[in-house]
Amino acid sequence: MNERTGGHRDAPVLDLDAIVDDRNTRIIVCCGSGGVGKTTTAAALGLRAAERGRSAVVLTVDPARRLAQSMGLTELDNTPRPVAGVDGEGELHAMMLDMKRTFDEIIEAHADPERARQILTNPFYQSLSSSFSGTQEYMAMEKLGQLRRSGDWDLIIVDTPPSRSALDFLDAPERLGRFLDGRLIRLLTAPAKVGGRSAFKLFNAGFGFVAGTLTKLLGAQVLKDLQTFVSALDAVFGGFRARADQTYRLLQAPGTAFVVVAAPERDAMREASYFVERLAEERMPLAGLVVNRVHRSPVSGLSAARSSAAAEDLEARGEHELTAAVLRLHADRMQLAAREHREQEHFVSAHPTVPIVQVPAMPTDVHDLEGLREVGALLAGRWRPAA
Amino acid sequence: MKARDTDWDGVRLHVVTGKGGTGKTTVAAALALALAAGGRKVLLVEVEGRQGIAQIFDLPPLPYEERKIAVAPGGGDVYALAIDPEEAMLDYLEMFYGMRRAGRALSKLGIVDFATTIAPGFRDVLVTGKTTEAVRRRDKNGRRVYDAVVLDAPPTGRIVRFLNVTNEVAGLARMGPIKNHADLVNGVVASPETAVHFVTLLEEMPVQETIDGLAELRAAGLPPGGVFTNMVRSSLLPAEAVEAASAGRFDPDELALGLKAAGLADGADAAAVASALAEEIVEHARRTELERQERASLDASGRPRYELPLLPDGVDLAGLYELAESIRTQGAA
Repeated sequence: MNERTGGHRDAPVLDLDAIVDDRNTRIIVCCGSGGVGKTTTAAALGLRAAERGRSAVVLTVDPARRLAQSMGLTELDNTPRPVAGVDGEGELHAMMLDMKRTFDEIIEAHADPERARQILTNPFYQSLSSSFSGTQEYMAMEKLGQLRRSGDWDLIIVDTPPSRSALDFLDAPERLGRFLDGRLIRLLTAPAKVGGRSAFKLFNAGFGFVAGTLTKLLGAQVLKDLQTFVSALDAVFGGFRARADQTYRLLQAPGTAFVVVAAPERDAMREASYFVERLAEERMPLAGLVVNRVHRSPVSGLSAARSSAAAEDLEARGEHELTAAVLRLHADRMQLAAREHREQEHFVSAHPTVPIVQVPAMPTDVHDLEGLREVGALLAGRWRPAA
Repeated sequence: MKARDTDWDGVRLHVVTGKGGTGKTTVAAALALALAAGGRKVLLVEVEGRQGIAQIFDLPPLPYEERKIAVAPGGGDVYALAIDPEEAMLDYLEMFYGMRRAGRALSKLGIVDFATTIAPGFRDVLVTGKTTEAVRRRDKNGRRVYDAVVLDAPPTGRIVRFLNVTNEVAGLARMGPIKNHADLVNGVVASPETAVHFVTLLEEMPVQETIDGLAELRAAGLPPGGVFTNMVRSSLLPAEAVEAASAGRFDPDELALGLKAAGLADGADAAAVASALAEEIVEHARRTELERQERASLDASGRPRYELPLLPDGVDLAGLYELAESIRTQGAA
């Protein structure tokens, strides 16, 4: 039995302190499915890194209000703010991503003022830049690139958006690019691009058909807005696709560490597996797996079966009611721990070389810096359940 | 019709949302079973392409087709549909314009990719459109095809945007066919025939999201439903023991005696086990106390509440029926 990973015979231990202490680590990406404590993990790692001497910035996406407050963040303003109360030599900044503003800034940086105005006021742009699907992932990537280029921090910790699938984070920029290169877009932008009739004629048959159908589907005004938007966006897209590619390469660089976050439940562990496999395919550097919300018992020697049998016995005799109730609770907990262990075993057998650290389930959410500090210590493998 | 009163008589579209990790799909599936019980026909719809229904019912991936997946207690049928936005668009074109072939051509050009990327409002209106069509659908004799439709919807953070299609689409299309379609969808979604249920755990973050979500829903004029608290652990300890333990006062001596009486431990060993168990109990009691506070916050929302037990071995098919039974007993279906 491996004490620190809670009995997974083969899984190596994820040593996050070594990772944050290594000055060559410049980016840590926390990813995983929704509801597994990703943002808390990112924030706690940031604080721990700062208190171990790093100059760190945490980029959060949609944090819970109290978690944001624990770092002194009160509004979504897209600017890293210093976190007060950090011990030691290092420093910690934190920010919440404002995806609309990030997007606006890219447009302003890449288009001349007239074109930028056209794009920013277009209804399709408004929808695209404030929607949750894909844009958030793209803008998180963009912001990461900006923070890295600024050179103001020696460690950037990113929390990925709460997407349906953890993989969306990697796919979104590519999807936007593929979309703008698509045939539909070429058809839609063809007349505008070459400036009129001749090109229109060239595409006439195809375009007429598509436009006719789209007009039926969307209405004429919508189609016109769409064409204006697409051609304007197309003109500036080359610029920000180059940036996205650059950020993508940054994620493959040796200074990056992906930390996959999961909870010991089937869906979350399955997502974690997918992500680990995907990172390998993309040759992105995986640091390891954090399993949050693990239940264990300080009395692990007393099995669920023995505990319930004893409770039943006491109940039958009508004695020691309180002890019987305590034994029932203990049996439930042991059963839960066993199930969680099984869910993790699946992962370990599929990915025996991935380092793992477990973090116990905590009764309360994090409210303050002290709470984050505590989570940080647990992440560093300081959890020693009483034997 | 039904022989018993439930809290949601008259509701035909049950939208189930919740924070990630709260068991939204499980609750939607159990609710569909509960609603179908006693000979009714219910459609369970999934929209996020994750094949959660297939996994939970232990079936191969579902196609874009309404098919029977389960029989409810007392003879009712649960059908399932995994909505694919591309197929929904083809349906839409065919239904309103008789243009299926044109639709295929548009698909090839990547129009759905377009909708997903650039205007998720369009994608949502196709998906909600398909769902509300099933709600409204009648057979040859003019009878409703489904007694109820349960929608396993996007998570709390996205739910209002997802349902409030008229609003989402209005920015893009002030008039025209898409706008009309959105209005039709809105006619169902914003009506008393719909209820938006929230799934939560007795933890701070999901409870806060539920309360925020309810407020957002009300502000958007959408009909709030019940709050399903999932994975509730039974509290076996008497209230006074919980109170004492959560204050850190729990006397292991009595426990040690009990352990001896049960033949689990003796002497010094009994004392050691008892004090370790006491540690476990103090933690349990603190959590119970916090759960009490979260319950109070949920109660303050004024919505009907239902509690579903934590299944120690995880959710399998038998567990799903157990949850459905619990939903019925509590009057949610």
